[in-house]
Amino acid sequence: MLALIRKDLQIEFRTKETLASLLLLGLLTLVVLSFAFDPASELRAEAAPGALWVAVLFAGVLGLNRSFLSERDNDCLQGLLLCPIDRGTIYLAKTIGNFVFMLAAQMVIVPIFVFFFNLPISSALGGVLLSLALGLLGLAAIGTLFAAIAVRTRAREVMLPLLIVPLVVPLFIAGVQVTAHVLAGKPLDTVLHWLNLMGGFDAVFLVVGWLAFEYAVEE
Amino acid sequence: MMRRWADTLLPPSSLLLMAAAIYMVFVYVPTDKVQGVVQRIFYFHVPLAFMTFVAFGTVAVASALFLWRGTRGWDRLAHSAAEVGMLFCSLVLITGPIWAKPIWGTWWTWDARLTTTLILWLIYAAYLMLRSAAGTSDQGARYAAILGVVGAIDIPIINRSVYWWRTIHPAVLITREGGSGLADPRMQATLGVCFLAFLVLFVWLVWVRNENARLRDVVEELRQQALATATRRQIQTGTA
Repeated sequence: MLALIRKDLQIEFRTKETLASLLLLGLLTLVVLSFAFDPASELRAEAAPGALWVAVLFAGVLGLNRSFLSERDNDCLQGLLLCPIDRGTIYLAKTIGNFVFMLAAQMVIVPIFVFFFNLPISSALGGVLLSLALGLLGLAAIGTLFAAIAVRTRAREVMLPLLIVPLVVPLFIAGVQVTAHVLAGKPLDTVLHWLNLMGGFDAVFLVVGWLAFEYAVEE
Repeated sequence: MMRRWADTLLPPSSLLLMAAAIYMVFVYVPTDKVQGVVQRIFYFHVPLAFMTFVAFGTVAVASALFLWRGTRGWDRLAHSAAEVGMLFCSLVLITGPIWAKPIWGTWWTWDARLTTTLILWLIYAAYLMLRSAAGTSDQGARYAAILGVVGAIDIPIINRSVYWWRTIHPAVLITREGGSGLADPRMQATLGVCFLAFLVLFVWLVWVRNENARLRDVVEELRQQALATATRRQIQTGTA
């Protein structure tokens, strides 16, 4: 499993394709959303958490789409499946790889977000990062399962967002709520139920993905 | 045996019950004192919503059984129930706003129940899209089944999250569910008949759709057999 994760990370490290596209798309989303809200308006601060999470979601879906394309192009998935390892292990390795990419991209997107929206970040940073980590883990858990499916259908580029966006609605709502609360300077334990919800979501869908992945890659 | 019974019994009983339901809704039942005439849509809206959840429950159970057992029959049932459920869910989302506009003064509110139904609609729209994009193979059936199961597991979590997101509930929802609106026994009878009518309609539609899918599978199998025979004959004449 570690070897699988290392393989994905190494490919990425050498080409930097996924990470670069993730970053640019996240950045573009933030810029476009900045145009959507009047810079002078009070509403801007209210819209900031939503903007961040829309950027996260778009960048995440893009990255997930890529994660199985590279496997498919040279029939690498076939090779992976022939390895004498459990299918669930491949799923977990892929999920962790996707999670690491998305988290790495956020390490750059979040400072830009703070910069564009002129936010008082110091005290809120921990909460924002925690919610991002939980949200991205859930997104990776659902997304990896359905990316393996979408890559083998017609119209695969549009299929993935269609499949996963409705499913990750709870993560999105919870993420926006947590971000909004901590940015408003409220302590973390006022949003504990949201963090619990995200953690629960992650746990449930990691297990479901681990069990269901076998059916998704079977010929 | 069961097939003949279903084919002879379901269409007339569905027709009769629906006629009775329409008569009761428009003629028999008294007009609601507070909400007026528009309240009558409730007798269709609530059974439709209930059957939507039954439909998507069926999709989840049939999908899980298909993944477990691999029987084509379960896959056909899941597909049929998803299509009919989609129809019912769309009707719920249409009848709801018609009622809400005069009563709440708005077509739509982001109330927990409304939002969950909308997300449910989106998930199953994706389910049907996936079915058409993945083809009719066993692989496509497995993909759809995974989404059927994952979607069903997700629904309670979605419901929880939108519930917390919008904790201020319009009180109308509670009185709508409570007894006050349906104090009249005629109202209760109408709702009961409507429930039964939509239940039978649902079973009939799923049945017809399911038979259609089964016959298509049978035809496909026969076609494959005929092709194989024709090819064999060609080879034989070729060598002779």
